Amino acid sequence: MKAYNFTPLLLALILLMAAAVIPLFADGYWLSIAVTAMMYIALATSWALFSGPTHYISLATGAFFGVGGYLVGAGMSDYQISFWTMAAVAPLVATVLALLVGLATLRLSGVYFVIFTLGLAEMIRNLVSWVQNNFLGSRGLYVLTDFTDADIYWMLLTVAAVVFALGWWISRSRLGFALRIIGSDEQVAKHVGINTAWSKVILFMVTGYFAALVGAIVAPRYSYIEPNVVFSPELSFLVVIMALLGGIHRLWGPLIGVIPFTLIWEGITISFPNYTTLFLGLTFLLIVYFTPTGFAGLLEKLVKAVRQ
Amino acid sequence: MDIIISGLLLGGTYALIAMGLNLQYGVARIMNLANGEMLVLGGLAAFWLFVFAGIDPFFTLLLVAPVAFAGNWLIYRFLMAPLVRRSKNQGALDVDSILATFGLSFALVGIMVSVHGEYFTYSFLADPLSILGTTVAVNRLMAFIAAVCIAGALYCWLNLTYAGTAVRAVSVNAEAAGLVGINVAKISALAFALGGAVTAAGGTLISTFITLDASIGVVFTMKALIIIIMGGIGDIRGAIIAALILGLVETAVATLIDPGLTLVAAYVIFLLVLLLRPQGMFGRRTT
Repeated sequence: MKAYNFTPLLLALILLMAAAVIPLFADGYWLSIAVTAMMYIALATSWALFSGPTHYISLATGAFFGVGGYLVGAGMSDYQISFWTMAAVAPLVATVLALLVGLATLRLSGVYFVIFTLGLAEMIRNLVSWVQNNFLGSRGLYVLTDFTDADIYWMLLTVAAVVFALGWWISRSRLGFALRIIGSDEQVAKHVGINTAWSKVILFMVTGYFAALVGAIVAPRYSYIEPNVVFSPELSFLVVIMALLGGIHRLWGPLIGVIPFTLIWEGITISFPNYTTLFLGLTFLLIVYFTPTGFAGLLEKLVKAVRQ
Repeated sequence: MDIIISGLLLGGTYALIAMGLNLQYGVARIMNLANGEMLVLGGLAAFWLFVFAGIDPFFTLLLVAPVAFAGNWLIYRFLMAPLVRRSKNQGALDVDSILATFGLSFALVGIMVSVHGEYFTYSFLADPLSILGTTVAVNRLMAFIAAVCIAGALYCWLNLTYAGTAVRAVSVNAEAAGLVGINVAKISALAFALGGAVTAAGGTLISTFITLDASIGVVFTMKALIIIIMGGIGDIRGAIIAALILGLVETAVATLIDPGLTLVAAYVIFLLVLLLRPQGMFGRRTT
């Protein structure tokens, strides 16, 4: 064992402190962008915990996020349960959902998994709308809390910090090692005695948990919850794109993808609302053909070139 | 009876789309998630030519197929072939091609939305016709017949000609096909282009009885994927039967329970296939 290098940890703490004081300076518009960015940082980083080492592209984020938001809405509006109870319960429900999806698809090749998660958010949305319209009466769900944007921001920051700490811990654990072997060659992983299916399922449950937790925390921002709003397939794609843009082979990769992308995305949604889809498509193509290792990869190449 | 007839008619057109995707994934090994957008483009062409020039959609079919063939050949040649060359194994190619075709799919949707953001509504041969006591629209029946003809021609081509045999050989084992002197790169490009043409033709046919819009493609991609997985990847016969089953189940659920639940029904089928027969209905279990 070599001695611990404390520089990254120190850097992380400084960044965390800097991120924590943002709401004291920013207000209104910029604070709301900071909340959005923090939401995507938590989502993209937890997404990359699973998809980074395994190379399985999960499009289930929207589904888990929706489960989180919708359950908070339903619990608070229909059953007068407190926000905190629902925010604790909803991620567990999503974890069970991730377990079921994982068990059904992760034993098979990656293609089946992508396809299954592709329509998952939409399928759950249809199911929830149907149940709501036929059995519960189509009432709207109100999430009324006295949280300010700053409160939500700090909660998301806490979640993001936990995700980072967990990611760091996983990468040093046996599980993280097993996942890296699965990612480079699944046959080899099987032959050295790794239970490949379970390793993948466990990590997938972790991402499901955090996506739903973020969905639950963000729910008060919407005030009025509708299945059409919270189960958004677009969210899944945005998370994938931001994580890949940053680079998923490093824990900090998604972070440097989210910040520029959120700013550009905000700009485009306001100035050219008709071209968001086209922009999304072009970014995907850009990633595949020009920056397959993301900004993190480019940065590392640059650092290497400078040092030589 | 109503359900069976409309279900089979719908399934016939699904079969055609799934055949297109099957050629692209089963032979060219490209998981093309922009497949649904090809279909919508076929529908958009039919809509435009009918509304602005009064051209019969069945005539448009003759136009759409070669254009889609050429377009998809170019896509394969310039976007997909570099990915095939750089990937080390099928898993890496799957990830790359999935991401690239997502990009393509979003880009196409973005372009179509800016060109024509509304529904592609037009009315063609919407006359009632009675078959075995069930009333169906003439356009549905005509689309079904055309789909059967195209699928039949494709089936014969694959099984009776030399080029078709080469396509099937690549589908079974690309490496071995190369060893017996088949130009795998050329055949893959051909299969990809042909698959795109078949899908676009399916879109032209579907647009005569289902109102499409620029962003509906992903729904059809999803259905085509479920069908080819159910039928077994690369298996044309399996895909046809799977398409008919999906058409029947969707129609039954829409009529008996709620039209909003067709995707849920498709997912239930998908889940059953994944749990019970992930290799497809007629597939053999491999490694």
